[in-house]
Amino acid sequence: MITLSHFLVLGAILFSLAVAGIFMNRKNLIVLLMSIELMLLAVNINFIAFSYYLGDIAGQVFVFFILTVAAAEAAIGLAILVVVFRNRGTINVQDLNEMKG
Amino acid sequence: MSVYELSLLTVIAPLAGAIIVGLFGRALTEAQAHGIAIIGVLVAFIASVFIFYEMYLTNFDPQIFDVYQWAVIGEFSLGIGFLIDSLTVIMMIVVTFVSLMVHIYTIGYMHGDPGYKRFFSYISLFTFAMLMLVMSNNFLQLFFGWEAVGLVSYLLIGFWYTRPSAVFANLKAFLVNRVGDFGFLLGIAAIAATTSSMDYEVIFNVAPHLGAEVLQISDDIQVPLLTFICLALFVGAMGKSAQVPLHVWLPDSMEGPTPISALIHAATMVTAGIFMVARMSPIFEYSETALMFVMFTGAATAFFMGLVAVVQDDIKKVVAYSTLSQLGYMTVALGASAYSLAIFHLYTHAFFKALLFLAAGSVIIAMHHEQNIRKMGGLWRRMPITYVTSLIGTLALIGFPAFSGFFSKESIIEAVHLSNVKGAQYVYWLVLSGVFITAFYSLRMFLLVFHGKPRMSDDEYSHVKETPYVVTLPLIALAICSVIAGYVMEPLIFGTYFDQSIFVLDSHPAIANLQAQFHGVWAFVSHGFVTKAFLLLVAGVVLAAICYLVVPRIPEVAARVLSIPYRVLVHKYGFDWLFIKGFARSGVGLGKGLAALGDRILIDGAMVNGTASLVRGIANQVRKVQTGYLYSYAFAMIVGLLALLTHFYLQS
Amino acid sequence: MSIQLSVFYLFAAVMVLAAIRMITAKNPVHSALSLVLVFFTSSVIWLLMEAEFLAIVLVLVYVGAVMVLFLFVVMMLDINISQIREGFVRFLPTATIVSAIMIVELVLVVVSKELDYARAAVPATDISNTQALGEVLYTDYLLPFEVAAVILLVAIIAAIVLTLRQRPQTRYQNPGEQVKVKRADRIRLVSLKSEGKRSEAKRS
Repeated sequence: MITLSHFLVLGAILFSLAVAGIFMNRKNLIVLLMSIELMLLAVNINFIAFSYYLGDIAGQVFVFFILTVAAAEAAIGLAILVVVFRNRGTINVQDLNEMKG
Repeated sequence: MSVYELSLLTVIAPLAGAIIVGLFGRALTEAQAHGIAIIGVLVAFIASVFIFYEMYLTNFDPQIFDVYQWAVIGEFSLGIGFLIDSLTVIMMIVVTFVSLMVHIYTIGYMHGDPGYKRFFSYISLFTFAMLMLVMSNNFLQLFFGWEAVGLVSYLLIGFWYTRPSAVFANLKAFLVNRVGDFGFLLGIAAIAATTSSMDYEVIFNVAPHLGAEVLQISDDIQVPLLTFICLALFVGAMGKSAQVPLHVWLPDSMEGPTPISALIHAATMVTAGIFMVARMSPIFEYSETALMFVMFTGAATAFFMGLVAVVQDDIKKVVAYSTLSQLGYMTVALGASAYSLAIFHLYTHAFFKALLFLAAGSVIIAMHHEQNIRKMGGLWRRMPITYVTSLIGTLALIGFPAFSGFFSKESIIEAVHLSNVKGAQYVYWLVLSGVFITAFYSLRMFLLVFHGKPRMSDDEYSHVKETPYVVTLPLIALAICSVIAGYVMEPLIFGTYFDQSIFVLDSHPAIANLQAQFHGVWAFVSHGFVTKAFLLLVAGVVLAAICYLVVPRIPEVAARVLSIPYRVLVHKYGFDWLFIKGFARSGVGLGKGLAALGDRILIDGAMVNGTASLVRGIANQVRKVQTGYLYSYAFAMIVGLLALLTHFYLQS
Repeated sequence: MSIQLSVFYLFAAVMVLAAIRMITAKNPVHSALSLVLVFFTSSVIWLLMEAEFLAIVLVLVYVGAVMVLFLFVVMMLDINISQIREGFVRFLPTATIVSAIMIVELVLVVVSKELDYARAAVPATDISNTQALGEVLYTDYLLPFEVAAVILLVAIIAAIVLTLRQRPQTRYQNPGEQVKVKRADRIRLVSLKSEGKRSEAKRS
């Protein structure tokens, strides 16, 4: 039968893959954003798993809010991406070093 | 007006004069400037005379006024106040009178100098400071006056500040005085620490009970408290009153204008130390050691500085060394517990030394600022008033019977003779031979300047003429005083005049013994012609006359034959060499070393710049972390996450 | 092996593969489509855990809206793929190592905490998952719910403000101005004098 660990390990794998995605696609802002979505998904899986196994609906409520915020984040992130592309003609993260100390 | 109001007026009038002339000098003409300054001092002088009169009416009962409380620290009160007694009032009269004479004289001497108004401001300020010093009723104000006269002295020695020698001299005076002030301050601190008070009254009441107290300097070293206090205070007096070895500044201070030499470096400021010791007589009386030290220092100064005067060629330097010598006499009197005699000598000396200085200044004016006595001679024909007044001053200085110096000096010598302080007999011989030296160098100067053949071109000689009345008037006034000032001796020394201001233990019988031998002024004068001192005096005068009038070759031969003592005297016993080459240079060397090592390398290099470069170095490394790239921050986050996970894992 | 477990393994495997495909794909469009697959499979996993409402929302909102938005953006922007692929190989080892360590650590934590217990006994109810969620959302979590609504509104406005641009050469209509217009603004009546014969003659 499926135990909590199954889902948690699945979430861990997904999360780590998302991290690896961020590493490898460090220049590709779109894939970066997608990787973040993947991370959030991994977190959501954990939430739902705990909610299910502990019999507490609050976990699902959290997922609900995470989805909301993630949607907002994706919308704004993409809008920023569009603006960046329009102003610079590239979405290469290497060029976005205005924060450099 | 009451004594209180009069004493306030006495100090405020010269201060007001100094401030008005000093701050608004630009708006004033020369005549207005010296008018204001002289009015200020004149008011002070008249007020002093009135105070004397009021005090006379009340039998010189000491009066203490607290004018203003400046600060209170716990039970320790600092304030400004006046102590008016017989000692104060005589000092006030001397100070204001000499100051007034010098003010008038300055009109002639400084005429046309670009710093004319500044000069008047300074000397008025000096009068104020000196009055604050003598009228004080507490140590704080005494110290204020002490430092203020030092400051004005510094300003005035360097009055012609474009001359390097003047700047050197004023710096030297200031630094040497600082050495003395250090001791003085230590003394005041010791007093404040033991009595928790600055008031003379309190301290004098406590002093008799402090005889057995000791001051613990460290675990092993302890000194008798009163001796320490007295010696420390006397170190201050040595600085201010130019006693060996802190005398080196006084001859150099002759770089200042002559009126200043007369006012500050002969008649008033240098006597501050003498005054202070006399004022502290209730403390000094309880320390035999301190009295002995005071006496020997004075004797050394009186004798050895007199010798140096013999080889000086600068007219003002000769007078300066004679001042040192006379200050030595006063100090000897202090050491012999004859405080009243010290003040008496101070008082007569103020007149005749101011007279001598002003006369020297008069000669200098007439000679167009030539100060070398070897280039003078025969001036008596051209400057009769200066000649006569100088003669009076010289006679007073050498202690010729019936002149003021005679009374004071002769009594000091006798007092030392009669004193029971240890070593007083050696000191007696020193001061006695001092008479011979004084007579010799005084006459040497007098004869070289006024007699003999003129040692200058006929053209120059024909241009020498008597100085204007503003110069001669003070000379005459001071000359009169120099003659008559001594005749107040009987009431002053043997009467009750100083009874309430100077304290002498019965175990110090110098004055009492002297009194037993005293049979009136005229008897004293007539006795004066048959003493050892008079013989020495005549010997000195005759020797000087032979050397410098009859056979002028003798000094040259003597200088060659006695070349080693002569060189020692010319080099002033090497004090200057020791202080400048020794202390000052090693101090500068030490300072440079510390500046290089301590300041530049340790503080600037290691600490100030070191901190900065350390921070910059760290920051340079740290700023590489801040790449500005998103993934760097993400990476940092992930590393943190891993650390957190490890922590979780290890915790379980 | 129960049917549920086989379903789990099947979809979990698909999901992981799709995720790997997503982070390694050269073309961002392929990445986006892989992510869509990840979302679909995770929706199935969620169904396994009886989170029916969220599973449906994930498909509708994420796949239907967010991922479409991604695809739009990817296709709209003229992205130089070769340029943004730079450093991919260079960072591959690092990424592999880091993610491997991470997986190991996460799994270790999960295992060490002994989380492999079965589902807690939950009293059986006859209300659906959607209803249960709705009940808490509109009661206990009302304020966060409203805040989430405001966040979405802000996101909408922000996205519009960020991307909106006024091109000076673009012509557009202003309905307000059009409605407000007065006759005098459009027509100017001018009385002209008759020009007379001279001009007539000239014209001819």
